[in-house]
Formats: sequence, C-alpha cells, structure tokens
Amino acid sequence: MLHIINKSPFEKNAFDACLAVAQDGAVVLLIEDAVYAATTGNPAASQLEQAQGRLKLYVLKPDLEARGMGDRLIPAVAATDYEGFVDLVADNKVCQSWL
Amino acid sequence: MEGVVKKFMFVNRKAPYGTIYALESLEVVLISAAFDQDVSLAFLDDGVYQLKKGQQTKGIETKNFSPTFRALDGYDIEKLYVEREALEARGLSEDDLVVDVTVLSRQEMGKLMDDMDVVLSF
Repeated sequence: MLHIINKSPFEKNAFDACLAVAQDGAVVLLIEDAVYAATTGNPAASQLEQAQGRLKLYVLKPDLEARGMGDRLIPAVAATDYEGFVDLVADNKVCQSWL
Repeated sequence: MEGVVKKFMFVNRKAPYGTIYALESLEVVLISAAFDQDVSLAFLDDGVYQLKKGQQTKGIETKNFSPTFRALDGYDIEKLYVEREALEARGLSEDDLVVDVTVLSRQEMGKLMDDMDVVLSF
C-alpha cells in the first residue's frame, strides 16, 4: 500500500506515526512540508536510512525544489514527479494520507 | 510620520508553501513598514526554512517569495533574527540563508521577545 506524508517531521508526529505503522514492502511518499525529512542534516533522514531496506521511499521533487532542498536529498529516498505520484496511487490498492 | 513608535515582532515558525502562514506574515510585515514602526522578524523552528537559499517554485506553480526578504532593508526593516538551535537541528547554517541575519540562542530570542510592545504570531 501507499502512505503519503505532507507534514514536517518537526511540526507534527505524522512522520513517526507512519513509519511505525507501515508494513514491510509498503511505499512511503513524502510531499509538501514532509520533504524536509529526506534532507541531509534532518534527524528524520537517519530514520529513513534505517527504513530503506523494508520500505520503498519517494519524495515529490517539485516540493523539494520549491523549498531550496533539491541538492540535499539523501540517497535512501528516490525523487519522483507528479506523473510518478499518479502512478504510485494507481499501482497501490489502498492509500493512507497521514494528515 | 507623527505618532507613537512601537516595537513589533513577527514570529515565524512555519515552513514556506506547506501552509499560508509564511506568505501572510510577509504581507503584514510589508504593511507594517508603511506605518514607520520598529519592526523585528524572528525565525524559530521550521520558520528558518523560509530563508533557505535556492527555492525554485516553478514546479509547484506558486510564487517564490524568498527574494522579498532581501528587499526588506529597502523598507527600513533590517532586524532579522534566527534561532541558532533551529538552524542546527535542520542541518542548516547562516550560509544557507538568502539574507544577512542575526543568529540568537533560544534564551536570547526569549529575552528579545519579552522586550516587545506587540508580538504577531505566524
């Protein structure tokens, strides 16, 4: 299944809550303010590095670039675009948005 | 302008674009400049992300307002304060910011806030 997070890991617990619930093999997509989690120096980045073996991790590139973080993406997370976003939604049976 | 000059502080704690707070704060800051007040901007927590260099918003079809911070000195708004701990927690340094700022510890920020006549929270 697909999990979507759109909140900064500093501001809300959606990031931690999602990683705690997501099962092995699940897909996690970071959008809007959640993209900061996948940037170098952010404490959440090390959690993503630990989770990369069991989860498929994506970040929405336009949201990353808007925030001036295009050059700080950690290798554990793959960048995708709006078309890739649509594919992820279409390819997964269910989707949970961690609002 | 005649009248009482008060010390205003705009406290910014939200990242840009994910919510409207950052842009709305900047709009009110620009309005306040027209009233010749003593204006300070404070950036705490995720608010420091507002000042990150290299914002490219074409992909999200939203206005990139970060260059406006560089224009504030033209409105005699020159007091920009950034919380040191917030920068460090996000792997950022002063060099990552679009504009020259004064970096303060949380304690120093608290004292400065205490000294204000008006605090506006975003």
